[in-house]
Amino acid sequence: MFSLLRSMWLTFLHAFHKRDTIQYPEQKAILPTRWRGRIVLSRDPDGGERCVACNLCAAACPVDCISLQATEDETGRRYPEFFRINFSRCIFCGYCEEACPTYAIQLVPDFEMGEYNRQNLVYEKKDLLINGQGKYHGYNYYKVAGMAIGGKDKGEAENERPPVDVKSLIP
Amino acid sequence: MATIYIDNTPFEVPTGKNLLEVCLSLGQDLPYFCWHPAMGSVGACRQCAVKVYKDENDTKGKLFMSCMEQVRDGMRISIVDPEAKEFRAHIIGWLMTNHPHDCAVCDEGGACHLQDMTVMTGHNYRNYTFDKRTYINQYLGPFLNHEMNRCIQCYRCVRYYKDYAGGKDLDVFAAHNHLYFGRAEDGVLESEFSGNLAEVCPTGVFTDKTLKQHYTRKWDLTMAASVCHHCSLGCNITAGERYGTLRNITNRYNGEVNGYFLCDRGRFGYEHVNSVSRIRKSLVRSNLPEATDKYTALQTVVQLMRQGRVIGIGSPRASLESNFMLKTLVGEDNFHHGVSDAEHDLTELSLKILKESDARTPSLREVEKADAVFILGEDLTNTAPMLALAVRQAVRQEPLLEQVSEAKIPVWQDAAVRELVQSEKGPLFIAVPTATKLDELATQTYFADPDAIARLGFAVANIIYPESPGVRGLKNNDLHLAQQIADALMKAKNPVIISGTSSGNEAIVKAAANIANALVAKEKSAGIVLTLPTSNSMGLAMLGGHRLQSAFEAVENGYADTVIIVESDLYRLASEGAVTNFLKSCKKVIVLDYLHSQTTEHADVLLAAGAFSEADGTLINNEGRAQRFYQVYPTIEDIQESWRWLGELGTIVAHDQISWWHGYDDILSAIVKEHPEMKGIEMVTPPSDFRIAGQKIPREPHRFSGRTAMRANINVSEPKPAEDPDSPLSYTMEGYRGQPPSAMIPFFWAPGWNSNQSVNKYQQEVGGHLKGGDPGIRLIEPKPEHKFSYSAAVPEKFEPMDGHLFILPLHHIFGSEELSAQAAAIQERIPEPYIAINTDDALRMKLDEGQLMPFAIDGNLYQLPVKLSTTIASGTAGLPVGLPGVKFAELPAWAILNRELQWKPQHQTTF
Repeated sequence: MFSLLRSMWLTFLHAFHKRDTIQYPEQKAILPTRWRGRIVLSRDPDGGERCVACNLCAAACPVDCISLQATEDETGRRYPEFFRINFSRCIFCGYCEEACPTYAIQLVPDFEMGEYNRQNLVYEKKDLLINGQGKYHGYNYYKVAGMAIGGKDKGEAENERPPVDVKSLIP
Repeated sequence: MATIYIDNTPFEVPTGKNLLEVCLSLGQDLPYFCWHPAMGSVGACRQCAVKVYKDENDTKGKLFMSCMEQVRDGMRISIVDPEAKEFRAHIIGWLMTNHPHDCAVCDEGGACHLQDMTVMTGHNYRNYTFDKRTYINQYLGPFLNHEMNRCIQCYRCVRYYKDYAGGKDLDVFAAHNHLYFGRAEDGVLESEFSGNLAEVCPTGVFTDKTLKQHYTRKWDLTMAASVCHHCSLGCNITAGERYGTLRNITNRYNGEVNGYFLCDRGRFGYEHVNSVSRIRKSLVRSNLPEATDKYTALQTVVQLMRQGRVIGIGSPRASLESNFMLKTLVGEDNFHHGVSDAEHDLTELSLKILKESDARTPSLREVEKADAVFILGEDLTNTAPMLALAVRQAVRQEPLLEQVSEAKIPVWQDAAVRELVQSEKGPLFIAVPTATKLDELATQTYFADPDAIARLGFAVANIIYPESPGVRGLKNNDLHLAQQIADALMKAKNPVIISGTSSGNEAIVKAAANIANALVAKEKSAGIVLTLPTSNSMGLAMLGGHRLQSAFEAVENGYADTVIIVESDLYRLASEGAVTNFLKSCKKVIVLDYLHSQTTEHADVLLAAGAFSEADGTLINNEGRAQRFYQVYPTIEDIQESWRWLGELGTIVAHDQISWWHGYDDILSAIVKEHPEMKGIEMVTPPSDFRIAGQKIPREPHRFSGRTAMRANINVSEPKPAEDPDSPLSYTMEGYRGQPPSAMIPFFWAPGWNSNQSVNKYQQEVGGHLKGGDPGIRLIEPKPEHKFSYSAAVPEKFEPMDGHLFILPLHHIFGSEELSAQAAAIQERIPEPYIAINTDDALRMKLDEGQLMPFAIDGNLYQLPVKLSTTIASGTAGLPVGLPGVKFAELPAWAILNRELQWKPQHQTTF
C-alpha cells in the first residue's frame, strides 16, 4: 500500500521537473563529440586527403558497406580513386574509425541523413570528404611513413635518418 | 624415420631433414624468415629458435636455430618454452627497429610474411626510440617495385635471384647495418624469373608493379585455381579479380609442375584480359549498330550455319572443351587445327613420340632431379622458361649426389653445400642454333644449323645404342663431342633429353627421341621432354583434326563456304596473302575470340568469348598432364566460354549429341567416350555437384570486404550473387572454410598465415606434394614391352646457298607469345624486330649492326635491322617469331637476299 502511494507521489513530482523533451527539429540536441553518426573523410593539416586507401575500414566493417579503390598520384602518394559507403547498410558501429591508421575516416555527431529514396544513401567520396581535420588534429600519416611522396623525400619523415650512402663503409 | 619429442609429445618424422621443416610439416607454427623450402637454410635471421634438450632429465636446454639443426632420433625440443618465445619476440623486435610505418600503403600488407610472423611472436610495441634508417629506391623495370626501407636483411632475394635463378644483376651492397639489396644502378632486372622476388621477399621490398596499378588487398580478391596459358608447361597459378578486372597472378604450388615459382611471362602476362582490345560484346556486321546481345548473335549464327556448309578451325590456346565442342558441332571431317602446318606436324610428331617412346616424359620436378641433361635445338629460357629454371637446378644434382653426400652435409645446408660445390656443375650439353642463357651452365655448347644439331643427336644415339641409325660423314670434332655427350649420359642415373618444336625441325625431335630410347635400351631411366608451341597444343593434337591448309583448300574447292574460327588469329599461322584470300572466299566468317585481331576484322559475326579467367576448361601440357582451370569471376555483359557458345549453337540447331549435354561434366564424359586415351580427365577435379559438408568452396576469403557497397552506385539493392553451374566453387565468401581438394584450391590461407607461405599447411610435407596429391592427371605413360622403332631420318649436311639465307625462328619470352604480348608490362620488354646474322656473313654482305637488311621469304618482303651474332651458323639467320610488326613466315625457310628489293613502308597493324 505504501509503495503504491510512493510511486504515485514520485510520478506526480515529475510534473515539476525540467522537460527532457526538446522541440526537434526547431531545437537541436547537443551531442557529445564522440557520438557515432555520419561518417566523414578528413584532411591532414596540410589540406591533403588523409585516406591512403589501405582498405582496413572496409575489412573491419561488419556489414561490408565500405568499398574503395586505391590509386596513386604521380609522386607516389596513395589515395582512394573512389570511396563509397552504403549508409543504408551502415550500422554506425565505428569499427572503421578504430581500424583507420591515418585518422581519415571519422564518425561525427550528425544523424540527420534521412532520405525518401534509398539510393540517395549511397555516399561517394565527394559526399564524404570534408575540408578539415575532424576530431583529431595535427596528425599527418605521411609525415611518419617511410614512403617518399611529393614534398617529402626519403629520410625527411619524423624519426628518420637521411638515406644511407651505399658506397660508404663508415659505421 | 626418427622419433622426436616436441614439448613432450612424440612425433614420427623422416630423418635427414632439419627441425624447422619437420615442425612445419607437423603443422606447428614456428616463425622463420631466411629459410625457404626451395633454397634451404642459411641461419641468417635467427628467428626460428627452439629449445633443444640433452635428454629427458635436462630441464634447462639450449637455444638452437631449428633450420640449422638436423633431426636426430630421440631428440627433445620445445617450441613453447618461455625463453625460446622471448628470444623470438626479441629477434622480431630488432628486425622491426628500422621497419617503416608503411603497412597502410604497402602492397604486401594483408599477405605479408613479416606481419604474420610479428603477430605470431607477439611483438606488438616498438621499444626502440631512435631514428629509422632509410634508403633510396631503385627503378627495377615494369614488373617490380622497390621499397628498400622495408628490408629486414634476410638475404632471401639474392639467394633466390643469384643462386637459384642464376641472375647476375641483383646483389647485396654496402656493409654492417647499411646492407642494400638492389642493382648496381637503376635499371630493368634482367632475369626472366624476377617476378618471384615479390613472393620470395617476406615483406614489401619487392612488390608486383602491375598489381600496384590497380591495387587490391589479397583478402579482397575473388580467386580461383587456374593454369598459365602462356606456354606449354602448364604452370599452376592463382588468378585474382576485383571490380570486374583481373588484378594479379600468384604462384599456385604444384609439387610436380611449377613448385614455388613462375616465370615473368606467366606472372605478368595476365593483363591481356584487361586490355583495350578485348571483345566485350558480340558483333553482327550486317546489323547497325554492330554490337548486339547474345540472342541476336546466336540467331544470326544459326541462320548462317543452316544456309552454309560449315567447317571449324580450333585453337591450341583454347580449352580442350572448346575444341571438342567445335569438333562435334562441325563434324570430325570438318574440324581443322588453328596452327601453322609446320607446328601441326611437329606437335603430332611429339605426341607420337611420347606415346610410342619407351622413355618416360618427366615432370618439371623430375627434371630438377636429373643428373645429366642434353638440350637439342631449344632456347628454353624463351620457349619454356620454367623448364630452364628446372635445368638450372638439375646441373646441381651430380655434385650434390657425389660430393655433398660424401662430405655428409645435409643438402638443405645451403651455404655449406655451395661452399663445398663451388662452381662444380653436373653434365649439361646444349646444341642450339644461337646463344642461349643456359650456355653459362653447359659443359659443352654446340652452335650449329638445325641439321647439324640433328646429326649430332643421331650420332649420340648411335654411340649409345648401335641399333639406332648412324650418321655418315660426321666431322671428327663433332664425333668427339658426340662421344663425350654419350659418355656423360651413360654415366648418369637419370639423364633427361630436352627438345621441342620451336626450332621447326622434325629431325631434331626425332634425334632426341632416338637418344632417350637408346638410353632406355641401355637400362637407364632416361626421360624425354618435348616443349610444344602453345598451352593446349597437346590437347588439340590428342583430339585430332585436319591441317589449316586443308581448311583453305576446302573453301577454295567449294566444299565449304562458312567457317567458324575459335580463338585463333589466322594471320599468325599462315602467310598474309593466303589468309586474306581464304577469309575473302568464305561466304561467312564466324569468329569466337576475346582479343581483337586482324582475323576478327574479317568476321561477319564475332562472338565474345571468355578469356582464361572468365572460362572453365582443361589444358593438356607438354608432358600430357591434363589440368583444369576455373572461371575466376562471373562475366558481365554477354561474354561466355567458347564451348558454351558452341554448345548453345548446337542446342538451337538440335545437334544429335550436343543437345543432350547439360553442363560441363557432360562435355567431359563425352570427350572420354569419344577419346578413350583421355580417360582420366573427368577425374582431374571433383564434379560440379561436389560439396563438402553440403557446402560449396568459396572463391573469396572470409575477410572479403565491400559486398554491400561494390555495386551500390549502380543500384542500392544488391543482386543475387552469380551462380557457377560448372564447378563446386561459389562466387561468394560463403561456404566450406577448410582445405578443399588440391585441384581446386582457390587461394592459400591458414589461420595466422596470410601470405603465400601458408602453402606449408597444404603440403604433405614442406616442399613436397600437396595433401591429396598434386593436381593434374597424366594421360601418357610409356607402355611396357613396347619396342620403339628408331627413326632413320638423318638429315644431310646443311649447305649454304649463295644469295640466300636459311632463316631460323628465334623465340622471345616477351613478345613471341600471342596473349602476353597484349599485356602492358610485357609490352615494355618486347624487343624491337631484328634479323640476326653471322658476323662473317655480315662482313661479306657489307652490313653493320643496325643497318636495314631487305630480304624476301615466300614472296613476303621484310626489311629489318641487322643484329650481329657470333654464334649463329654462317648461311643461316635468325628471325624473331611472333613479334608485333613482324609478318608471319613459315620458319625455317630460305630467304632471298636482294639489296635491290623494292620495299615500300607498309602500315603495320598491331593490336
